[in-house]
Amino acid sequence: MRVDCNAFIGAYPWRKVPYTSPGEVLKALDRTEIDVAWITHLPSLFWRDPTEGNGWLYKTARNEKRFKPVPSVHPGLANWEDVLSDAANSGAPAVRCDPMYLGLDPAGGEMRVLAAACGASRLPLILAVRLEDSRQRHPNDRAGDLPAAAVRALIRSDADVRLLVTHADRGFIEEVHFGSTPDEARRLWWDICWIWGPPEDHFATLLDTVGLERFVFGTGQPLRLPENSIAKLDLLDLAREQRDAIESKNIQGLMA
Amino acid sequence: MLVDVHAHFLHARTPRADWRERNVSRLTAGAKIGISVHVASILGSWGLTSPIYFPSPRDVSAGNDALLALQREQPDAIRGYACVNPNYTAHARAEILRCLDAGMIGIKLAASRRADDPLLDPIAELARERRVPILQHIWQHRRRDWPGQEASDALELCALACRHPDVAFILAHIGGGGDWLHSLHAVTLVPNVYVDLSGSGVDGGMLEACIESVGVGRLLWGTDLTMDTGWAKLRYLETLLSKDELALVRWKNAARIFPPGAFPAD
Repeated sequence: MRVDCNAFIGAYPWRKVPYTSPGEVLKALDRTEIDVAWITHLPSLFWRDPTEGNGWLYKTARNEKRFKPVPSVHPGLANWEDVLSDAANSGAPAVRCDPMYLGLDPAGGEMRVLAAACGASRLPLILAVRLEDSRQRHPNDRAGDLPAAAVRALIRSDADVRLLVTHADRGFIEEVHFGSTPDEARRLWWDICWIWGPPEDHFATLLDTVGLERFVFGTGQPLRLPENSIAKLDLLDLAREQRDAIESKNIQGLMA
Repeated sequence: MLVDVHAHFLHARTPRADWRERNVSRLTAGAKIGISVHVASILGSWGLTSPIYFPSPRDVSAGNDALLALQREQPDAIRGYACVNPNYTAHARAEILRCLDAGMIGIKLAASRRADDPLLDPIAELARERRVPILQHIWQHRRRDWPGQEASDALELCALACRHPDVAFILAHIGGGGDWLHSLHAVTLVPNVYVDLSGSGVDGGMLEACIESVGVGRLLWGTDLTMDTGWAKLRYLETLLSKDELALVRWKNAARIFPPGAFPAD
């Protein structure tokens, strides 16, 4: 069983990305033997109201059992709590909010209230550090990377919130993990898509220092090739159960 | 056969205490991926006694010596680029001759001088005489100067390549940061510039754009600092290309631009 907790559907506004339709993403899942993908509607991440893509997302997920919807939520908009109840009622495994793309203070009051509401609703909150390498972005794509300090602030802000942070590199993960108490760190999960493999071996190092149970399989597709996350697992000497944990079992802890 | 045209190794006189582990990791991962030959460079002291991208002549020679030693230790698996700093013309030319005579098969230019600078002409001329390619470090679409390096972009490399049409130039790490589409547009009509697919970037659409820009005949497979991304791109190419096309990217294009006999099956 392989679950991609970090996938998108729909066009990216800043460059041409092929194979973004539901059917094309399904083909990529087949190609890479991914059983289930947690999907977010990519275009709406950049809309003033990102929740306007959630209806399409739910409909798409209802039509394909391999897709699990991860709706977007904007805690600065009126009635944003409805997104959480809709998500719970629709079987969404998590919700996502990328404050840097929404112009929100990533550790400000709105995000803290959202974190608390997610904690109370038992819904994990997904945040991306980035979607693209900052060196290659469109000149008008000026949203900064999510600061590690914001993740530390959010995990401290509520005792029940569980965060899944995607697209983080080794330095980011270490800064947050070792800047958190063990209890806080147990409520943080990291997807593996942006972590370097050999010869620098950042991923192997993190599995040893941070702990294998904190990592989940994610790809960032279709913005990134899903083959990358599989290749970095293939380059490790993992026991079957260790690999299973990263590919599917650890995610159950996030959703527990 | 699989040739990694963009590899690096470390050595004892670098800031990295884990230099041996990193070298072993590259070779171990290479064996898993199926890499037949790592064509590698060492950039001086990697910052210990002179900057990575502005290595002193002494560090250049020491780094090349370390690479030659690795090549002797692993004669089947490792080949070398002679890394030089073009600001020291006489030393650079002498170092290239010394390293090629000792068995290296190419020249590595990092970011000590812009690629279109006339100081690179005597190096390119030597590359033509010895029929070796030049691997040029590239910042894909450099919009400003970046600290620690005098990075070149594809337009500057193409200017040099047009002055030296008989030399094969390798545009380094198309996935290594920056706007790769800018580079691909620049190199389309410059037939002696080859695109090295290495770098940490695994953007959806990048490989299709590479093929559209220069065709499979000018693509070279490589890894640079992230072998997982290299393997991912290779796996994806297997779904895009025919077996014969894939062989070009895996090694045949490299065999064409490196000296005859550089690789075992050549």
